[in-house]
Amino acid sequence: MSEVIKVEHLSKRYRLGVINRGMLYRDLQSWWARLRKKEDPNAPISSRVSHPNRIEHGDEFWALRDVNFTVRQGDTLGIVGRNGAGKSTLLKILSRITSPTEGRVAMRGRVASLLEVGTGFHPELTGRENVYLNGAILGMSRAEVRSKFDEIVEFSGLSDFIDTPVKRYSSGMYVRLAFAVAAHLEPEILVVDEVLAVGDAEFQKKCLGRMGQVTREGRTILFVSHNMNAVQTLCKRGIVVDDGRIVFDGEAKAAANFYLHRNAPTADSYKNPANRAGTGAFRIEEIVFTDEHGHPRPEPVNGETLDVRFRFRHHTTRRFPAMQISVTFGTTDQINVFNQRNTLKGVAFRDLPETGEIVLRIPRFPLPAGEYELSYTVKSEPRGGEVLDSVHVGMAFTVQDGAFFGTGNSLSRISGLCLVDGDWRVENGL
Amino acid sequence: MQNNPSALEWTVLTPRKPLLDLRLREVWQYRDLIALFVRRDFVATYKQTVLGPLWFLLQPLFTTIVFTVIFGKIAQLPTDGIPDFLFFFSGVVVWNYFADCITKTSTTFSANSGVFGKVYFPRMTVPIASVISNLITFGIQFVLFLVIVGWFMLRGNAVQPSWKVVVLPVLVLQMAMLGIGVGCLVSALTTRYKDLNMAVGFGVQLWMYASGVIFPRSEVPANLQWLMTINPMVPVVESFRYVFLGAGTVEIYQLAAGAILSVVIFLWGVVIFNRVERTFTDTI
Repeated sequence: MSEVIKVEHLSKRYRLGVINRGMLYRDLQSWWARLRKKEDPNAPISSRVSHPNRIEHGDEFWALRDVNFTVRQGDTLGIVGRNGAGKSTLLKILSRITSPTEGRVAMRGRVASLLEVGTGFHPELTGRENVYLNGAILGMSRAEVRSKFDEIVEFSGLSDFIDTPVKRYSSGMYVRLAFAVAAHLEPEILVVDEVLAVGDAEFQKKCLGRMGQVTREGRTILFVSHNMNAVQTLCKRGIVVDDGRIVFDGEAKAAANFYLHRNAPTADSYKNPANRAGTGAFRIEEIVFTDEHGHPRPEPVNGETLDVRFRFRHHTTRRFPAMQISVTFGTTDQINVFNQRNTLKGVAFRDLPETGEIVLRIPRFPLPAGEYELSYTVKSEPRGGEVLDSVHVGMAFTVQDGAFFGTGNSLSRISGLCLVDGDWRVENGL
Repeated sequence: MQNNPSALEWTVLTPRKPLLDLRLREVWQYRDLIALFVRRDFVATYKQTVLGPLWFLLQPLFTTIVFTVIFGKIAQLPTDGIPDFLFFFSGVVVWNYFADCITKTSTTFSANSGVFGKVYFPRMTVPIASVISNLITFGIQFVLFLVIVGWFMLRGNAVQPSWKVVVLPVLVLQMAMLGIGVGCLVSALTTRYKDLNMAVGFGVQLWMYASGVIFPRSEVPANLQWLMTINPMVPVVESFRYVFLGAGTVEIYQLAAGAILSVVIFLWGVVIFNRVERTFTDTI
């Protein structure tokens, strides 16, 4: 099959100093600060800290660096990577929202990008008018929209409200109508962001189903996602983006594996937590997730064995006759999902060496895919002993979907905060 | 056959494009979008207003009445012998079109940043659509203007439209180009300095006072005539009055200079607009 997308030596640079200034006043303020050799009050710091290897000349940030790949007609290409890896920038360039700094991209045929549904909807206009407007913004001609109009309305299930201004719609109706329009685009190349695949489970299913159908029609899809399950089911091929470069290009399964297993430290966020309490005589210096063989697993996969390794150090010569370490896994909105501590299992930690690792093994890791946080407290025992080291929300991490149920099916966090196995059977009679 | 991409064209995205690449073909492909934008402008503006489209007529009428009372009756500014009301109304109708072209175009990026950040379509469609919807407004107000001219003629006032009214499309085109040009420059600058959005309103108002809308060129003192000469809107306003009402100062060289300046500003604006269009989502 012929090539439809060629990306050659693509790079994108952002100039940090220029972003988000927006006011003449701020420009003057920065200029005045530089003049007095003081720190620029408007200099962005967050990206400097999180991506030190992508900063050059002080204020140049390379979101993408020498990216090369080609896509053939009918391919479904999954693009995966951590937040900030450069996925969104790549997507924006392919969607023509922004231009490359270096290199070139060639695409054959009509390109439609869905980074959001309902772009350009106007609240005062009716559903019907918005279907035409949104269709036109996405690149459809009026004749095309007209020929598909009935289909779109039927797909949305809103035929009774199609002549009502959309400002009177519920948010659910709004999304349904917007998605119905997007689903009836017929471009040769479709660029889809995962935001489309969030929302309620039914909507997600409808969306993914429609995308599968589009692929069977021989169209080319680029799908950007965190969701390894969706990437593996939808895509044949996958590329992994990290730090602005492509670090893997191959089959979707292999790409998902590579992404899940790559040796990227996530304990960075932990090393010097600000919200730390305790005497400090004994400290957890680092927390590392590994599988049962000791291979790093920065993003735990549910259903697999997870070892949480607490690397500790005594900071005085004092040793403790008994210690308790309590670990809580919670969601990012501060709901505790489960707690585990050595004393629950009757394991005593006494007279530990100066340095070492305390390992908590969790078989069949039970959290649904999503973002979580870990907190812990180390106390000296017996009861009422002093708190040695305690960190609330010490580490944030992402859980990936694996084979918890062993069937390829998975549950989202909407269904429950914990995965629990079960067996189903039928017995005859009452 | 849609599914045979070998028959389709390549779209190539590169860091640089020719400066004056208007991409008119692409804009033409999106003509349906332009039509829908125009429609949206009208529907959205007048939904939930009691008087609806009547505002198109009331707005210039009220402005003219205010001008007639303040500048005509109280300040007693001379009006080249034309009835006050007609003098001001002609100026207001012409100026409204031009001012709307500037103000609408100048918010292209700031008002659409949400959409522009999510989907690509030729950004030029937005100012083109505003100019077209303004043209429709102008058309409606122009008809009212003709009715009022007719009424004054019936009453025997000294108003003499001439065959030279055929230049009207040229005047409208010149205003559209100048309006888009200035608007594009401002819209490009507002992506960096949002303060400018505030200044546009004042700027346009000031420009109106310097453009012969309130007083005829003949009344400007000689030492300030140069201001009238460099202002490309003066010949437009004066010519409009001259061809429809039969009074005013029109010099061919000045008309030509105004037209050339308008074209230059138009091209300059479009070049800047195209440059900003490519990277503005990175800075807004």
